[in-house]
Amino acid sequence: MTRLTAEGIMKRYFRKAGEANFFEAVGKTDLTLEGGEVTVLMGRSGSGKTTLLHMLGGLLRPTEGRVLLGDTDLYALSDAALSRLRNQRIAVIPQGRSAVETLTVRENILLPGTLYGEAPADMSVAADQWMEALGILPLADSRTRELSGGELRRMAIARALCWKPEVILADEPTGDLDDENTALVLSLLRKTAAEGAAVLIVSHDDAARPGADRAWRMDAGKLIPMDG
Amino acid sequence: MKKRSLPLRNLARRPVRTALLILLVAFQALAVFGGSLVIFSLRNGLQSLENRLGADIIVIPATARSKVNPESLFLQGTTGYFYMNRDRLEKLENVEGIERISPQLFLASLRASCCSVPVQVIGLEQETDFVVQPWIARSYGRALGLKDVVVGSRVSAAVGESIRIYQENCPVVGKLDATGTGLDTAVYCSMETLAHLLDAARAMGHDLQISGDSAAQVSAVYLKVKDGYDVGKVTDDINVHVRKVEAIQTRNMFSSVSDSLRSVSSVVVWLIAAVWVLALMILLVVFAMMMNERKREFAVFRLLGMSRGQLGGMVRTEAVLCGAAGGLAGIGLALLVILPFSGLIEASLGLPYLMPGAGMIAALGGGTLALCILMSALASLGAAVRLSRVDPGTILREGNG
Ligand SMILES: Nc1ncnc2c1ncn2[C@@H]1O[C@H](COP(=O)(O)OP(=O)(O)OP(=O)(O)O)[C@@H](O)[C@H]1O
Ligand SMILES: [Mg+2]
Repeated sequence: MTRLTAEGIMKRYFRKAGEANFFEAVGKTDLTLEGGEVTVLMGRSGSGKTTLLHMLGGLLRPTEGRVLLGDTDLYALSDAALSRLRNQRIAVIPQGRSAVETLTVRENILLPGTLYGEAPADMSVAADQWMEALGILPLADSRTRELSGGELRRMAIARALCWKPEVILADEPTGDLDDENTALVLSLLRKTAAEGAAVLIVSHDDAARPGADRAWRMDAGKLIPMDG
Repeated sequence: MKKRSLPLRNLARRPVRTALLILLVAFQALAVFGGSLVIFSLRNGLQSLENRLGADIIVIPATARSKVNPESLFLQGTTGYFYMNRDRLEKLENVEGIERISPQLFLASLRASCCSVPVQVIGLEQETDFVVQPWIARSYGRALGLKDVVVGSRVSAAVGESIRIYQENCPVVGKLDATGTGLDTAVYCSMETLAHLLDAARAMGHDLQISGDSAAQVSAVYLKVKDGYDVGKVTDDINVHVRKVEAIQTRNMFSSVSDSLRSVSSVVVWLIAAVWVLALMILLVVFAMMMNERKREFAVFRLLGMSRGQLGGMVRTEAVLCGAAGGLAGIGLALLVILPFSGLIEASLGLPYLMPGAGMIAALGGGTLALCILMSALASLGAAVRLSRVDPGTILREGNG
């Protein structure tokens, strides 16, 4: 079973202003994401959620500590190996816009599969199914610049889920969605977890909490378990 | 969709940016290729002029300078005529240190049917000529018969046609290779033919200021100095001991040409260098700006699993494609400008100008293209390396909101 473990990870940024010249965005943190489970992470703006999520996803090297996917220490890998691992085992749905603007929606979704060898032929069928499920199929051949924030968000979700990754790290996946789409996205993420993926949802939205297997709150870089 | 097609897709879907890059590189290629082509053509022109005027010393009548500047007559094809008696030839033969000697006879034609401009008609003594004969031999293997003429490359008459000089119809039996000099507009014939033409001109009432029989005239005498003798000394000897002539060392004649060639070349080189440095700086700035603008795009590629190496490769391929396209465009443009206007360039520089052969042009083009590609690749590399040092997470977090 998939298991992503953070062991004592911490991120410190250097800042010029003030008497303290560095700032701890995420304090020493241990966290485990289990395959088959949905973990929810809530917290105020600026509390360090995105920073933690990027470290978990192999996108941001922690100042201290390590991140293990199974037995593999992500940040001990070479860039090439880590990149390949990201491509094949971890999907990150980032907080902001994450479309490659020179590609269409469909090309964006298929892009991860083209980076290491030929993508399986049936992937464009799967991509269409995910676009259909998320209500963006009519936009499949549009350039992403023309899309709204919510449409881009759903594109990023389709791009993550389409490739059946072992770990899904979703940063505010429902941030710019209406209630109906929020419910849809959350149910799709839960379904993916039920099929074996380890899912982390970072959210302000209380709607994310019901149905989560674990819930954490982030406060000034500290992870605090939430009850219920 | 394949990974391989990404660079092309990136370029095609950002047409303005791509066009700007290609234009910049094209500008550089135009400067380098065009400039070096001009320099090579000038060198080539001087070389062929030296080869064609394969004599060490040219002797002309002492009074010739009052009629026409001999340098411009021999180098630039200014027409003119002057005569001296053949007995000067015998005097010259007695000068010590002379290996070969051959006279020529000139006539400036005003009324040849072939030419919109006056042509210089030059009569050769075929038994002794060592200057023009080797060139004629390339296009016409036999001796020239009476009235046969061989024309320079820029005389607009083809082999088989005939041109009319002072009412005489002269069949064109050969056409010389281009030298890029005034010699290209000359018409060559045998000494006998020229004497005949002189008679014809005189019969038509032209005062050529000849005293005596046309057949007893020479205009210039070409000399080759024996090995072991100093050309300058032989020239001085002639000027001191043979009366009523002026001996000119051909190397001195060229030196003014090669001096101005050198100064034109250095101006062109500086110009190329200035354009090149300027464009390179702009290119570096444009690339840095472009990488900054594409920071988020690159971070997304990394997010989806592209490695630094792959990202660098993609950017490099884009740059190489732009470099190649720009290089080819610039080279094409240079050829379009320089090939049809080489006559104009020659006229405005007032220097012998001869395009190098196709092989040389191809080599210059290949070198320019390689330089353009290399430079774009390097310009992109610096920017790409700088970017890929930053964790993609850091870039993705910027501008969230
Ligand atoms: N590269 C950086 N340099 C300096 N400070 C940084 C950097 N990245 C993050 N921070 C700081 O770290 C803290 C946590 O940032 P982070 O983006 O993780 O917050 P967040 O919880 O995701 O907030 P939000 O809910 O608004 O997205 C913030 O105070 C931020 O200013
Ligand atoms: Mg955040």
